[in-house]
Amino acid sequence: MTQTSPAPVSAHDEHVGEHLLEVRDLVMHFPIRGSGFLRRVVGQVQAVSGVSLDLDAGETLGVVGESGCGKSTTGRAILQLHTPTAGSVRWEGKELTELPKQEMQAVRRDLQIVFQDPYASLNPKMPVNDIIAEPLKVHGRYKDGGPARVKELLQLVGLNPEHGNRYPHEFSGGQRQRIGIARALALQPKALILDEPVSALDVSVQAGIINLLEDLQDEFGLAYVFIAHDLSVVRHISDRVAVMYLGKVVETGERDEIYRRPSHPYTQALLSAAPSANPEIEAKRERIILEGDVPSPADPPSGCRFRTRCWKAEEICATEEPELVDRGQGHPVACHFAEELLEVINPDDVTP
Amino acid sequence: MSMSDPAHPEDATTTPPLDAVDGRTSDELLRVEDLTVSFPTDDGLVQAVRGVSYSVREREVLGIVGESGSGKSVSSMALMGLLPKSARVTGSVYFRGRDVLQLREKHQRALRGSRIAMIFQDPMTALNPVYSIGDQLAEAVLSHHTMPRKKALDRAAEMLDMVGIPQARERLRNYPHEFSGGMRQRVMIAMAVINNPDIIIADEPTTALDVTVQAQILETLIEVKDAVNAAIIMITHDLGVIAGIADRTLVMYAGKPVEVAETGPMFANPRMPYTAGLMGSIPSLEDSTNERLRPIKGTPPSLISLPIGCAFEPRCPLSTAECLETEPPLTETDKPDHVAACHHWQKLAAVDDPTAYFRTESEVGR
Ligand SMILES: Nc1ncnc2c1ncn2[C@@H]1O[C@H](COP(=O)(O)OP(=O)(O)O)[C@@H](O)[C@H]1O
Ligand code: SF4
Ligand SMILES: [Mg+2]
Repeated sequence: MTQTSPAPVSAHDEHVGEHLLEVRDLVMHFPIRGSGFLRRVVGQVQAVSGVSLDLDAGETLGVVGESGCGKSTTGRAILQLHTPTAGSVRWEGKELTELPKQEMQAVRRDLQIVFQDPYASLNPKMPVNDIIAEPLKVHGRYKDGGPARVKELLQLVGLNPEHGNRYPHEFSGGQRQRIGIARALALQPKALILDEPVSALDVSVQAGIINLLEDLQDEFGLAYVFIAHDLSVVRHISDRVAVMYLGKVVETGERDEIYRRPSHPYTQALLSAAPSANPEIEAKRERIILEGDVPSPADPPSGCRFRTRCWKAEEICATEEPELVDRGQGHPVACHFAEELLEVINPDDVTP
Repeated sequence: MSMSDPAHPEDATTTPPLDAVDGRTSDELLRVEDLTVSFPTDDGLVQAVRGVSYSVREREVLGIVGESGSGKSVSSMALMGLLPKSARVTGSVYFRGRDVLQLREKHQRALRGSRIAMIFQDPMTALNPVYSIGDQLAEAVLSHHTMPRKKALDRAAEMLDMVGIPQARERLRNYPHEFSGGMRQRVMIAMAVINNPDIIIADEPTTALDVTVQAQILETLIEVKDAVNAAIIMITHDLGVIAGIADRTLVMYAGKPVEVAETGPMFANPRMPYTAGLMGSIPSLEDSTNERLRPIKGTPPSLISLPIGCAFEPRCPLSTAECLETEPPLTETDKPDHVAACHHWQKLAAVDDPTAYFRTESEVGR
């Protein structure tokens, strides 16, 4: 199966070679197999269909979208946890899709991933000290001062180093996420891919983890790809934002550009649908209520993938895929009829 | 949108007239008094609900908010008589003045599903995968009314149409798995209102859904509620959902209500540190001030061994010796109809920004 249309690269071309991480036209398809004896491939789930992203040192790129839009798959494909179907992932100029296993191992020192469910990603049979020591051992850095480093890491993320001999189930959800972060930091990475790191946590605990991530970034100059569906959290933590829908980036730009001047109809709908914890604003709110559900990524609509739910769709949307380019909005938007909407959430917020 | 009563819904409960209960105001629909629920377990007695009292007025939306494990679900399951046999329940639940918990099983069942309906987070817990949607909706009508099956199916189609399911009549033949998550939740709403209930208890009805679908479902729920003139108890951990639809809000912590007020005033002037802490923990959707979040330290207490004093004391920035010794009751504050369970609510009233009591210091330890 080949890609149906050229991926929108124009928004990124000029920057090639300048970023810590550069993702270009990333495609990730998963085969759907029949139930017969031969388990023949009967289709493809087009989880990611031509995604391009950049990440600079020390910055946070928020990747936001609803479930199944390809956020997590993008994160995993960047780290080569999935072998991308097509496209390029460059880390410090090195092409990861062609890198021998050995060298990929070395890249993983610098580029780590933290998952949503800390419980599922921590070995329940290992004491926390061993969980955090593991990456140090794998990379031959344990013998020299390993135990002291493990203690230091626990302390760094706000846990009591004395509790290192306990097992994951003895910690609360928030503490387990801190353990996951400590392990990811063990090898002093340059960037973390954070896949819904706070989604499973209660808000009062979530806030502590967000503050921790901000503090660690200040302290070590870390770069984050912060994958989440919570629009408030993404606004809070991100420098730049990419909005995904059905395997594609539909809009990307500086955080304030996206939140103050959303220009893709999907971004506008998403922002207008997000509940705000402010009763006064909620009372004044005009919601854009989208019709229907997200189509199946195994059979995405032709042309613009959002057209089946879009109130602006016209004929061209079914026949021609809109490129992710700046049509005068100040940032790239993949919509034939992209138009700034200044009043999605709070008119008072907009500085003209 | 038109609503037609199937037969006469009033006949449904076939219960005797009610004795008015003292203190019941004219538009009070439901009153929960000192409800407690505990579960004996191997580790000890889990005190999941420790004295919950509140009332729901006709047609209002009461939001119940709190973190996971605070007893939101257990307290509402108790109203519906849906708790496991092991649960020990005390207290009273007056529905239109009559104590539901004292009713005979048969009368309880008559109330449930007709006068009081429930919507769950996961519709699959309430929908049977082996029966068509039409059969299940018709059954919901027929278990409370005597009428021809054909008429019950008409009613089912009418309800599906009302909750925004296209080609309602054809879709009666579909099975639950043939619907998307959002559509299933619409079916659940149809099921909940099919007997014209007075009150709908919705327990995290949109938590599993994406935000654009959540917006659709909440809108539908409110439309349908208005169409049948029902009240809603909206249980959620999401302060945004509460801010959007609740007239009044009750905050639960460790099995108890700790603050009850009209939603706007509560968000503007929280009078219980836990509520203030929740507000300080959520980033704003509408500005980019980058102000640091103010988390609440620690985690909720174990419901098996609760502190003697205020259950929030170990996490509270305002706590004093008094808080360690005595549990604060829900009491009136400086605002009308605004009650809070805190010895020191005046300290919150004395400052402009009550969230400022919570820590913002570095999370990075050294
Ligand atoms: N059947 C049961 N046996 C023992 N404990 C239970 C049972 N059901 C619920 N609980 C406990 O009751 C407490 C309150 O739970 P719940 O009402 O579900 O909270 P919420 O809905 O606010 O998240 C939790 O500590 C939970 O573990
Ligand atoms: S009673 Fe004391 S410990 Fe409890 S919330 Fe109020 S100040 Fe805090
Ligand atoms: Mg619950």
